[in-house]
Amino acid sequence: MPNEVKAFKPKIVAFCCNWCSYAGADLAGTNRLTYPADVKIIRVPCSCRVNPMFILRAFQRGADGVILCGCHPGDCHYTSGNYYARRRMTLLFSMLDYLGIEKERTRVEWVSAAEGAKFAATMNDFVATVTALGENKRLEDLRCKE
Amino acid sequence: MQRIGVFVCWCGSNIAATVDVQAVSDALAKEPGVVYSTNYQYMCSEAGQNMIKNAIKEYNLTGVVVCSCSPRMHEATFRKTVAAAGLNPYMLEVANIREQCSWIHKDKEAGTEKAIVLGRTAIAKVQLNAPLQAGESPVVKRALVIGGGIAGIQTALDIAEAGFDVDIVEKNPTIGGKMTQIDKTFPTLDCAACILTPKMVDCAQNEKIHIYSYSEVESVKGFVGNFTVSIKKKARYVDENKCTGCGECTTKCPMKNVPNEFNLGMDNRRAIYIPFAQAVPKVATIDPNYCNMLKNGKCGLCAKVCGAGAIDYKQQDQIVEEKYGAIVVATGYNPIKLDKFDEFGYSLSKDVITSLEFERLTNAAGPTSGTLLRPSDGKHPHTIVFVQCVGSRDTSGCGKPYCSKICCMYTAKHAMLTREKYPDTDVYVFYIDVRSPGKNYDEFYRRAVEQYGVHYIKGMVGKVAPRADGKIMVQASDLLADEQLHIEADLVVLAAAIEPDKSARPLATMLTASMDTNDFFTEAHAKLRPVESPTAGIFLSGACQGPKDIPDTVSQASAAAAKVIGLLVKDKLTTNPCVAQSNEMMCNGCSSCERVCPYGAITYVDKEFRMPDRTTRVRRVASVNPAVCQGCGACTVACPSGAMDLKGFSNSQIMAEVDAICQMK
Amino acid sequence: MNNEMMKEQVIRMSGVNPLKCMRCGKCSGTCPSYDEMEYHPHQFVYMVEKGEIDKLMASPSIYKCLSCFACVERCPRDVEPAKLVEAIRLMVVRQQGQNHLKANEIPALLDNDLPQQALVTAFRKYTK
Repeated sequence: MPNEVKAFKPKIVAFCCNWCSYAGADLAGTNRLTYPADVKIIRVPCSCRVNPMFILRAFQRGADGVILCGCHPGDCHYTSGNYYARRRMTLLFSMLDYLGIEKERTRVEWVSAAEGAKFAATMNDFVATVTALGENKRLEDLRCKE
Repeated sequence: MQRIGVFVCWCGSNIAATVDVQAVSDALAKEPGVVYSTNYQYMCSEAGQNMIKNAIKEYNLTGVVVCSCSPRMHEATFRKTVAAAGLNPYMLEVANIREQCSWIHKDKEAGTEKAIVLGRTAIAKVQLNAPLQAGESPVVKRALVIGGGIAGIQTALDIAEAGFDVDIVEKNPTIGGKMTQIDKTFPTLDCAACILTPKMVDCAQNEKIHIYSYSEVESVKGFVGNFTVSIKKKARYVDENKCTGCGECTTKCPMKNVPNEFNLGMDNRRAIYIPFAQAVPKVATIDPNYCNMLKNGKCGLCAKVCGAGAIDYKQQDQIVEEKYGAIVVATGYNPIKLDKFDEFGYSLSKDVITSLEFERLTNAAGPTSGTLLRPSDGKHPHTIVFVQCVGSRDTSGCGKPYCSKICCMYTAKHAMLTREKYPDTDVYVFYIDVRSPGKNYDEFYRRAVEQYGVHYIKGMVGKVAPRADGKIMVQASDLLADEQLHIEADLVVLAAAIEPDKSARPLATMLTASMDTNDFFTEAHAKLRPVESPTAGIFLSGACQGPKDIPDTVSQASAAAAKVIGLLVKDKLTTNPCVAQSNEMMCNGCSSCERVCPYGAITYVDKEFRMPDRTTRVRRVASVNPAVCQGCGACTVACPSGAMDLKGFSNSQIMAEVDAICQMK
Repeated sequence: MNNEMMKEQVIRMSGVNPLKCMRCGKCSGTCPSYDEMEYHPHQFVYMVEKGEIDKLMASPSIYKCLSCFACVERCPRDVEPAKLVEAIRLMVVRQQGQNHLKANEIPALLDNDLPQQALVTAFRKYTK
């Protein structure tokens, strides 16, 4: 690695459900509400499609933070998917915390299709939190490093 | 290995201003599997789409990545484009580099870098894409309408008109619903029975319509185009096919003191009864709670007088099973109970009545044959007070938080008709707001004030206290005059809020249709899909979706019918191909997926498998019905053995996306 | 203290949100001391919303309210006008020398039918 110290740019994976949060992210774009480019969004049909394995994989591959966005409770397009997601993530995040991945690196947030501003604000806040925590070393598979 | 083509869109300057599109297409060209990469000003234009089509043919592309606006915008467009070039439409992925990149990042370097990552992510996904085929499911060309009020009747008539079979399930002995109890209708004042009963007769005579009266829906299985419904025909102890409706039994039955629900208990009927003269079907029904023969085996008078021999005391409830392509909910409304409103004294005096009771008191077929008389002493009332918003717009927990919508207009009608028939009566209407948006509605209300001299007072009644001399003291505020009024009234009429019928909630559970907190059915979209439930194949008609007057109900009923016809006219439905799929070799039969599926799309089947030693073994494995599955993916995560996967969003595809995002330097 | 600050204080003390009022007037329709009052229950709600606390504080109406809570009980929107009256009364009596009931006035007011409890309540209501 060259000697010059590069400003730390976190790698953030955001899972967004197709019906609410992905549309909310689109709305943030339409309204030109900026948030850091470190956030990369993966579209899933529903927050309940997010397998805990995906999140483990992200940390293994060197992600510094993972955020899951879904419809507000009661608003799920599939009636109950976000409740499943909420339960699964509660369990997973407490396990990750036990493994040394700080609770602040993981988050579940409800963002509706009308909440572009909330989406941008959430992402700004999340990136700031993760940046303050610095690089994540736990779970990281060094073989994946270049 | 796929042969992938990458198409980067400038979107004019929308993308190109903050993303170096040339750099993006150059960088993505180096990705494994990419054989062609280009950029163009407007990919969605005809020229842009032709570029994609030509490249598919020229380079034998098997996968396409378009880096452009949100897939919510143009995914469908580009799917059509690749399909036109002979590629499976699901071999396309869209990288969202406008809404989620160029529009939010001002820094061109960061924007370009992110766009490259997003493009690479889409490429990683498309590597694992498989051609998907939209499935088909057949449509049963028969509709079910639940509820036989004006909403259900109108929907059924319209569907039958288009040539499809319709069944109406009505829980009461006759169809017609609330409208049969109403005397006149606003704003034209034509008589409700005169416009409703011909429609009821039409229903009975239409050979496409079958009426299950005195019946309830027991269970609903299946999905859009293919519902299986069990209908319970309650025992009415009268053979519907034999009964001629002559009514002889209803005059001979010795049980004379049964409260008549058609007149809201203001008079009595017999234990065997026909609700009213124009009932459809005009068939007698025995009320098992009052019939002596059914309760203790003594009487049998109705059977003796029945010339047709239709009485059958041994009749049992009967379950009928039918298949339907579409279901319309038209369960309607009821006025709320007023037991929480002591201040209005509803339970203290017979002369404090609800508006629906007032309808019966002014109806020629009602308990007073249409003469307005006080229920307590049968005298003409000279001062009548109407109270609006009783239990409506009430967030205190006693009533309903919403506006019941119809009360302003029917109260104006009641006040107007009273003044017209009995000009010596003083009529007061206490209102909070008069809500009369509708064609000729405000004019109607103004006529009540200007032509008929109804006293409209802005304010609310605070206390209704019956006095020993039969007068009713009404204490109210007059906000505009800033004074408190004390009126000696003879009759007080409460415009009770309306609420959905009690049967709606269990029905919604059966149909997996969603409801709001007030138990009104929710529509698929408040503005653009107002007569469809979010659950495919379930439609909404009338007040079960929200308070509605008759004109609104009829319009919505016809709209629901149009939607049903649009569905039934199809022979097959195409289904979303991005559905769950179970790998039977990996499935261990644990039922985890079945339990989380919100649609009941997963069933377990016993299947024979060949073992390595050439024996066969029967194993219990999950099987997904692609026509029912909506593709949420809840089951894929619940599956402990990884057998369940979602087409189009498979585990490996999402993993590949995660890897591609994390791979950046 | 200006009206705006007093409005905030009244709202904080009473816990009432006057914006919930839909102006039906049921509170005034139900009020037993309506005719005694200069400003009526619904006006209390509206005037607090407008911030006219000084007018209400100067009005004898605040001592005419019986605190029977009929308006609270019957309000369809849960606005609780009586609590606003109470708060404004407190705004007045909490000021120095503004006790509405003074100990030396009591003997003249006493009669044999007056329950002790009423005196205690009145003292609590009308003094600091």
